[in-house]
Order: sequence, then C-alpha cells, then structure tokens
Amino acid sequence: MKAISAISKATQGSELLTVSNLCLLINKTLKTLTLPAVGILVFLLLWQLMANNIITSLGQFPGPSQVWEQSKTLVVEHQRERKKEAAFYERQEKRNAKKLEKNPDATVKIRAYTGKATFVDQIATSLLTVAFGFMIATLVAVPLGIICGLSESVYRCVNPIIQTFKPVSPLAWLPLVTMVVSALYVSNDPIFEKAFLTSAFTVALCCLWPTVVNTIVGVASIDRDLINVSRVLQLGTATHIRKIVIPSAIPMIFTGLRLSLATGWMVLIAAEMLAQNPGLGKFIWDEFQNGSSNSLGRIMAAVLVIGVIGFILDSLMLTLQKRVSWDKQAILR
Amino acid sequence: MKKNYLEISQVGIEFATEGEPFRALQNVNLAIAKGEFISLIGHSGCGKSTVLNIVAGLYEATEGGVILEGREVDEPGPDRAVVFQNHALLPWLTVYQNVELAVKCVFKKSKSKTEIRDWVEHNLSLVHMDHALHKLPAELSGGMKQRVGIARCLAMQPKMLLMDEPFGALDALTRAHLQDSLMEIQQQLGNTVIMITHDVDEAVLLSDRIVMMTNGPAASIGEVLRIDLPRPRDRVILADDSAFNNYRQQVLRFLYEKQKNPATKKIQAA
Ligand SMILES: Nc1ncnc2c1ncn2[C@@H]1O[C@H](COP(=O)(O)OP(=O)(O)OP(=O)(O)O)[C@@H](O)[C@H]1O
Ligand SMILES: [Mg+2]
Repeated sequence: MKAISAISKATQGSELLTVSNLCLLINKTLKTLTLPAVGILVFLLLWQLMANNIITSLGQFPGPSQVWEQSKTLVVEHQRERKKEAAFYERQEKRNAKKLEKNPDATVKIRAYTGKATFVDQIATSLLTVAFGFMIATLVAVPLGIICGLSESVYRCVNPIIQTFKPVSPLAWLPLVTMVVSALYVSNDPIFEKAFLTSAFTVALCCLWPTVVNTIVGVASIDRDLINVSRVLQLGTATHIRKIVIPSAIPMIFTGLRLSLATGWMVLIAAEMLAQNPGLGKFIWDEFQNGSSNSLGRIMAAVLVIGVIGFILDSLMLTLQKRVSWDKQAILR
Repeated sequence: MKKNYLEISQVGIEFATEGEPFRALQNVNLAIAKGEFISLIGHSGCGKSTVLNIVAGLYEATEGGVILEGREVDEPGPDRAVVFQNHALLPWLTVYQNVELAVKCVFKKSKSKTEIRDWVEHNLSLVHMDHALHKLPAELSGGMKQRVGIARCLAMQPKMLLMDEPFGALDALTRAHLQDSLMEIQQQLGNTVIMITHDVDEAVLLSDRIVMMTNGPAASIGEVLRIDLPRPRDRVILADDSAFNNYRQQVLRFLYEKQKNPATKKIQAA
C-alpha cells in the first residue's frame, strides 16, 4: 500500500521518475517491506536454533517447520470434517425424502450434525465470544465514561470502584461469573451456551476499564471554549452530548476501545480454558491434556494464530479510528 | 435610540482561589445604547474578559448585575453572541455546519429548511467566506477562522455582539481588512457591540465610545472616551486627521501614563 502511494507520489511530483525520486522509492520500500521481512527471518532462525536445543517430555520443542506442518494438518482436518458433515446431511435428506415418498404425512426428523469442532470452528467461536463481550463492555463503558466525564460528583463517586476493579485478573472473576450465569441463566432452549456467556462476561468485565477511563479523560478535557459555545447556544443536554461531547472525545474513546479489545482478546484465551468454551483457549487446553507428540506444534500454531488475530483486530480498530476521527493531522499508530 | 439598552451596574466579582478569594472587578458601571459600538481597552490581566464573560452570562457576578432590554442576565444565551479570542469553531464540523448549528439553535421554529440554508450562506457571504463552505476549520487560515466565528455570531441575530480580541492573533493586513468588514457590517445591521482590544488604533477607528479600564486587582472603569468621528470612517484619510490623532493620544496617555504599571498604583495607594 505505502509503496504504491510512494510510487504515485513520486510520479506526481514530476513527469519523469528522476534519480532522486527513485532513491526515495527504494528507501521507502526498504523501510516498509524489507526491514519487517528481515526481522521475521531473524526471528525464525533464532526460533529454530532454540527449538533444536529444547527437549520436553512430549519430544522436541517444535521449530517453524513442524509448526507449519501442524498448521496444514489442522486445515486438512477442518476440510475433512466439513466433507463429513455435508455427507451426513445429504444422507439424512435422502432418507427423509424416501420416507415422505412412501407416506407424505410422515414426520421427518432433522438431526444436527454433532461432529468434533475443528480448529477453524474454534477460531470462529473465539471471535464471536470476544465480539460479544467487547460489545457488552462498550455499551456499558462509553455511556458510563461520558456521565463520569461530564459530572465531577459522579466521577468522585464512581472512581474508587473503577480503581478497585480495574486491576482484577480475569481468573478471579471467572468462578463468580460461572456461578452467577448458572444461577440466573436457566432456560430449556438456551440460545447461548453457558460457557459462551461465562467467557463473554469475563471478557466484558476485564475490558470495560480502559474504555471507561479513557472516555472520562476525553470528556473531561473538552476545550472550555467549545463548552462555552454550547452554553451560549443553550444546547440541551442530549444535543450537547451529541454535537460537542462525543465528537470531541472520540479520539480518546477510540484509544480506550483499542486497549479494551486487546485486553479482551488476551483475557478470552484464559477464560475459555477455564470455562471450557469451545474456542482457541479450549483448543490449547485440550491439546495440552492430550499430550501427543504433535501437541506442542499444534499449540504453537494456535499461539501464532492468536497473535495474528490480535494484530488484525487492532488494525481494524485503528482503521475505524482513522475513519471516524475528525483530526486528520493526528498521527495514529 | 434607547439610552440604557444594556446596563452594567455595580458589578464586582471575586474568584475563589487556593488562598483568600481574588477580587478581579469592583464597581463596574456602564450603560450602552442600542446600536452602539463599545471598545474595552486596558492592560493585560485587568479584567476585560471577565467583564465580557459576565455580560455573556458565562460568569456570575459576585455583586451587582447586568440588565439587557429590561431583563436581568442570569445565564448565557444566544441573544448575547460571543466571538471568542481563538475562534472556538467545532473542528469536526465544516464552515457551513458550524454556522448552521448556531442558526438551527436560534431559528429552528421560525425558519424553514431552505430559509436556514440561505441564511447560513448569506451570513458567510457577509464575511466573504462563501467560497469555503465545506472546508474544515483545520483547513482555514487564522483570519478565515475568525471570520467564520464572526459569521456564526451575526447569523444568530443577537441583541449584543460580544467580541474578545477578535483580531488579536492576526497579522496587520488581515486585521485591517476584517476591521473594515466589521465596520461595514455593523453600519448595515446596526448591531450593538462590545469589543475587547489591545490595539489603540483599532479602538479609535471602530468605536463610538472607548471604555478604558484601570489595572487590577479590583479593576474598574477608569475613563470613557466618546469618539465623534463621522461614519463611514476611512483608515487612510483618518491617519492624517487631527481629531483622530487626538483621540489616539488620549487613550495612549491613559494607558501609559495614568495606568502605567500596576505596581506604581499600589505604592500610591499605600
Ligand atoms: N476563573 C478564574 N479564576 C481565578 N482567577 C481568574 C479567573 N479568570 C480570571 N481570573 C483573574 O482575573 C483577572 C482578570 O482576568 P481577565 O482574563 O479578565 O483579564 P484580561 O483583561 O482579559 O486580560 P488579557 O488582556 O490578557 O486577556 C486576572 O488577574 C486573572 O488572573
Ligand atoms: Mg482576555
């Protein structure tokens, strides 16, 4: 992307690609593409060297190549499972069709496929869980932050509570959340699994705080002049919040949201391990319990996937932040 | 012409500070007629902005009060529009939207959608900003931002136009240009204006009366100078005018002889 824009910039400046422009372009490509590649290569090399020297009870610590093999296996397993599922449904449909042919009034049963969740399914579950938890956190944190930012007295009331709960680890919350969900969420036909809710609420509880704190700071530090403009115009509270407070605090709110999402994603893995929500956390836990010679490779693959997804989530938030921020001059990274 | 359109009577204010309260103003009295252009001049920190903020309703006077058209001022409102020292445009709204927000607040019920649009555009063309309707404040020069700030206030059709050093941050050329625009607009619309300035020439050129403030703490109004120059006024012609120069001298004498330095006043008082 950056290289392309560098090219277009370079050609825009003058009709000809002059030597100095070319140098600039090379320099830019070097910075944006080559250097990260060098970093990754060095990392892989060191990893391989270290892996060769570590022998665990489950065999040698996996190097890049083993992890790559395991990743491929995980994908293959997923595809095999999908084929099985498709075949299952096809068989079931045929059977039902035959039944209906004989007797149009017959009741046909449609059973859901109950195969093993694959790695890809588990990624999807994790993403869904974190999205749900993050959404709850946002819906609570942003309004709470705005109220505390607007009113000094509310802030003074709420601040001790925020400061107390902010440093609490997800593992401490989990047993409580589990019990509360079990007690309150009783339904014969549950839309959500209990483990899903437990994980999501734990995520929400932990990723609430960065957004709350940053929103408070953003709202409390609105330019006095802008507040005075609002007072002179006699804007109502709702309009004041909509027209002045939110736009002005949006950069800080997004800083908080980004931190929250990163925290949430980190917390999720631990929560899933303990709550047995069928996501990446459970995958790692199961592999660990499994203890086959491939386990470490598979866990390492999961670790990398977790890292890459975290990176992608943050990039998405950054893009969103750039899109909604009015201050185009601000440097966001 | 009503003599007491705006009446500031016995206004004083104390600010709460860490130690004992700080008395910024004491016994400020001033009556302003409708359509009058008043300049407030005085040394930095004497309390000019504080007077303006009290009239705007943004500060509450500790004693005394302000009466506008027979009604006491107790809160800020769109009938007393403020042009802030550093424009105070909402950075996330375009030029048009900034003015539109103010217009919608004031004329929501009385103007239709198209009328609102025409009115916004009309006011922006008054300050010659109709070419940049859809730019963000960050994309404008300092003078352009200040003009939009003025347009926003004019568009509210306020009873009083309160300006806190509206041209303070501008270069001399832009300032002269905006002063001329402001004179023209005020002549046309007959606004009642209080303007804070540090610039003696500006004060004499624009004002009907110049209010000179004594140094703080407990600042008050020192002298009021009536400027009887015919309008429209032309800065180039007035530059050689003896009456104009006489007025200038009177203001300068007040500022640099009578109110030379806050320290001397204290010594005299003691
Ligand atoms: N909110 C406040 N709290 C405490 N003291 C204040 C406050 N606002 C103003 N003051 C004090 O009141 C005095 C007058 O301030 P003001 O801003 O009105 O001065 P000014 O004449 O507008 O100065 P300048 O020309 O530099 O803008 C100053 O001494 C200032 O320190
Ligand atoms: Mg001031």
